[in-house]
Amino acid sequence: MPISSSPIPVLPDSNGSVLSVKDLLFDYPDGHVALRGVSFTLKANDKVALVGPNGAGKSTLMLHLNGILQGKGLIEISGVRLTRNNLPAIRSMVGLVFQNPDDQLFSPTVFEDVAFGPLHMGLPEAEVRARVDAALEAVNMSAYRERLSHHLSVGEKKRIAIATVLSMKPQILILDEPSAGLDPRARRLLINLLRDLPISMLVSTHDMALVKELFTRTIVMDDGKIVADGITAKIMNDEKFLHEHGLEKP
Amino acid sequence: MHSDAFDRYHHGHSLIHHIDPRVKVILTLALIVSNVMLPDGAWPAFTLMWLVLLILNRVSGLGFWFTFARSFIALPFALAAITVLFSPQGNSVLSIKILMWNLMISDYGLIHFASIVVRSWLSVQIAILLVATTQFPDIVHAFKHLHVPAILTTIIAFLYRYLFVLVDEVLRLLRAREARSAAASGSRSAGGVLWHAKVAGNMAGQLFLRSYERSDRIYNAMLARGYQGQMHTLNPHHYHLSDWLTLGASSILIIILQWIGRL
Repeated sequence: MPISSSPIPVLPDSNGSVLSVKDLLFDYPDGHVALRGVSFTLKANDKVALVGPNGAGKSTLMLHLNGILQGKGLIEISGVRLTRNNLPAIRSMVGLVFQNPDDQLFSPTVFEDVAFGPLHMGLPEAEVRARVDAALEAVNMSAYRERLSHHLSVGEKKRIAIATVLSMKPQILILDEPSAGLDPRARRLLINLLRDLPISMLVSTHDMALVKELFTRTIVMDDGKIVADGITAKIMNDEKFLHEHGLEKP
Repeated sequence: MHSDAFDRYHHGHSLIHHIDPRVKVILTLALIVSNVMLPDGAWPAFTLMWLVLLILNRVSGLGFWFTFARSFIALPFALAAITVLFSPQGNSVLSIKILMWNLMISDYGLIHFASIVVRSWLSVQIAILLVATTQFPDIVHAFKHLHVPAILTTIIAFLYRYLFVLVDEVLRLLRAREARSAAASGSRSAGGVLWHAKVAGNMAGQLFLRSYERSDRIYNAMLARGYQGQMHTLNPHHYHLSDWLTLGASSILIIILQWIGRL
């Protein structure tokens, strides 16, 4: 796999954690409290599912992880504390893939979209081209380099959307509902891709079958809090708990 | 929906397809300006321009009549110039009496009007040829490299990208309305013109809100990938000998056109 992490020469000591969130609080301007003290840690190469009912605060949490929303609390990426001043560096370390690929793919061509991140990191042209090629290869979409984004199918758009952040060589991938709206074959391709990518990831989803198949650890959120963080198989077996939090056993 | 219907690009491998997009944009503008500068009634020059266009159509592999067949869509706009028909200069060729007004069409006005229509009709064909042989992103790149302000090229690029998404959104709204526009059997569906206008107004509002929210999400996606207020792109175009030859040949053509037009 051509994508490898660690674009930063010297990382501070992070005690092996690639993402660390402590006591994150956030309320929207209309007064709605979205996060009520969220804390968790992800170690390198951890692949973790984030589940919970609609309105639990999953998307709000994800938008915090590379500083698009900024609440109270502490967020560290590979030991680097997220502050207003180091947002560009943080954003190259956290690859955020949005739920709707039409929001993520805003450039006219696939190439330009995948090159957007590296170009904005100020990388030289040859490096940008190499990264675009590597990222497209990692999602098996090399043949789509010159295609126009709006002519792609949803499944193709989703994979290109992942390539747009892989080209930044992030430390961690954050995916919002990656399997939503996919047909079974496209979903299978995506599951295989997520399984094979050698990178830490936090995946928010309602697709419990995907969670069961792909992730050994699951974080359950409800009403702005983490209500469970543990082994997927254990959480999936507690039907009463799942039901209480608007979830279903796959 | 696949909104390919909007894409005017026709894939091909002709000489014209392979000319650098910057050259094509410059030549399109230069030929349009040349048309505008031709004097009224320069029929030989207009004819030559059209013959050149027919040949370009053929060379581009789109077929002789490609731009001709698509050019009439712009003709109604030329009607904006209809008032020049009634120019007070020149000799009267026809007079029309409408109520208390006596409108006179002059020979000068007629030639002036016909020239305006021909100029715009030729110019539209040149532009059609440009968009039929150049991918839209390449045209936007060409604008960038020709130093069109970044804010304009960015707006054009986003408009192009999201036009398709917006049309899909409109179609979904219309479909949702259709699906619920029921009527009891034997009776016409209820609601007057005002009510229908209100529904249409609500739909327009919905579309605005959805687009506004989408723009927010797109901006977030841009921020997430390091956007800090400046768009960066790579320069994928290089001039080749054929581009310089095309520029040279076209400059000579424009000089000949202007010379014939003033004979």
